[in-house]
Amino acid sequence: MLKKIANIDRRIIFIVIVLCIIIPFLTKTVLEIRVSAPVKSAYKALEKLESGSCVLFSVDYDPASQPELQPMLIAVLRHAFKKNLKVIMMCHWPLGFPLGQDALMVTAKEYDKKYGQDYVNLGYRPGMSAIMLGIGREIRDFFASDYAGTPVDSLDIMKGVHNYGDITLLIGFEAGATGDYWVRLAGAQFGQKITLGCTAVCAPDCYPYLQAKQIEGLIGGLKGAAEYEKLVECPGAGIIGMTAQSAGHIAIIIFIILGNLSYFILKKREKE
Amino acid sequence: MRREVPLAITFITGFLLIIGFFIPHDPIGGLQSMFLQWYAIIAGFTMVLGLMTLTRIHTRRIVKRTQGFGYSVILIGAMLGTLVVGFYSGIKYKGLFELGTPFMWYYNNILVPLSATMFSLLAFFIASAAYRAFRARTIEATLLLIAGVLVMIGRVPVGNLIWNKLPIIAEWIMNIPQLAAKRGILIGVALGMIATSLRIILGIERTYLK
Repeated sequence: MLKKIANIDRRIIFIVIVLCIIIPFLTKTVLEIRVSAPVKSAYKALEKLESGSCVLFSVDYDPASQPELQPMLIAVLRHAFKKNLKVIMMCHWPLGFPLGQDALMVTAKEYDKKYGQDYVNLGYRPGMSAIMLGIGREIRDFFASDYAGTPVDSLDIMKGVHNYGDITLLIGFEAGATGDYWVRLAGAQFGQKITLGCTAVCAPDCYPYLQAKQIEGLIGGLKGAAEYEKLVECPGAGIIGMTAQSAGHIAIIIFIILGNLSYFILKKREKE
Repeated sequence: MRREVPLAITFITGFLLIIGFFIPHDPIGGLQSMFLQWYAIIAGFTMVLGLMTLTRIHTRRIVKRTQGFGYSVILIGAMLGTLVVGFYSGIKYKGLFELGTPFMWYYNNILVPLSATMFSLLAFFIASAAYRAFRARTIEATLLLIAGVLVMIGRVPVGNLIWNKLPIIAEWIMNIPQLAAKRGILIGVALGMIATSLRIILGIERTYLK
């Protein structure tokens, strides 16, 4: 029996994980979400902005990170539109553009926002670090037109927006190291206020920036998305997903305990 | 000349961009801005270069019928398919990314599920690897295991239900020991980056010329 526990077939582990993830989604079980300090700070950074302030959203992820970051982007966009902030979106990952556009269209419709007046999508441009530095001088040097080719000067929202001095807050949604570049280039060089939303695996990399107050707040992983959804009172995929994630974590911890128990008992028996 | 010219270009642009960090005013600021725009244009062309290299390598594999050439056929087919759908959507519809265009259908129904599938496989591998390899064999491994389990349980809502101090413990691990180690790594990486950049700008490191 002990040997069986020590050598559980990986297919059984896979089935357990599948069930742990699927069942909460089917039953739509929702657990109480506790809001952590980094997410609270991110929320406050946006909440304290005056109506009409410009917020730059940078969508730097692709479909692989969509389950974690898309609920986060939607929750923050809802907050921004609820506060009547002007949303300027751009992306450094070409495959992230449709995700950002999709989130914009869904949320803008909910709050009856008009393209070109309340929000704009500048799209993707290659040359990440050059763009980050270049926006410090003039955003039009890199984004002379929006994603559809409309000149930005013909859009009301872009009137008076030239560089970081005209952007009150930058919110980066990151699946890689792009957030580090935002902090190093836009934050350190131009004093741009930044909030980062990132995948859970990237979140530990951002903690030094948060503690050093180089970023205003940090939304980490699906957990961060769920917490933000709770703060803006718009439950979505984040809150539902946290139950599945809880079950998955519990299953992995049980497997770790079983693996260790069997390992030590068998080792002890071998010695005897 | 083949070595001296690239070295001179690297030195001048690198040096100018460093000065531009401290003196953003014209003429240095203007030159820096111009160089950044050039960089963005060159970065755009690297995509074309990548596309050409990818096509050349995989076409050669298909022609020579090397082992696994079937994957190259799929790659070339998918790449051409994306290009055709993209051009068709761009010409026929107002924009490539509007809802209902064939390109967005392709993106939402092929690329998104494929990427999500690839990434979600991690959950299964992590579970299997954690069961097999996460053993408390040494003191260091035990500390790592305890910290890992506490963070895993403390960062999900069920942790709060089990014991309301678990999220606080997880947050403490993230804020103190994790941060201390991470900061050390970051400082080391930054120093390494500065040293390597200086070596490249000053022409000591020349491997990029090969």
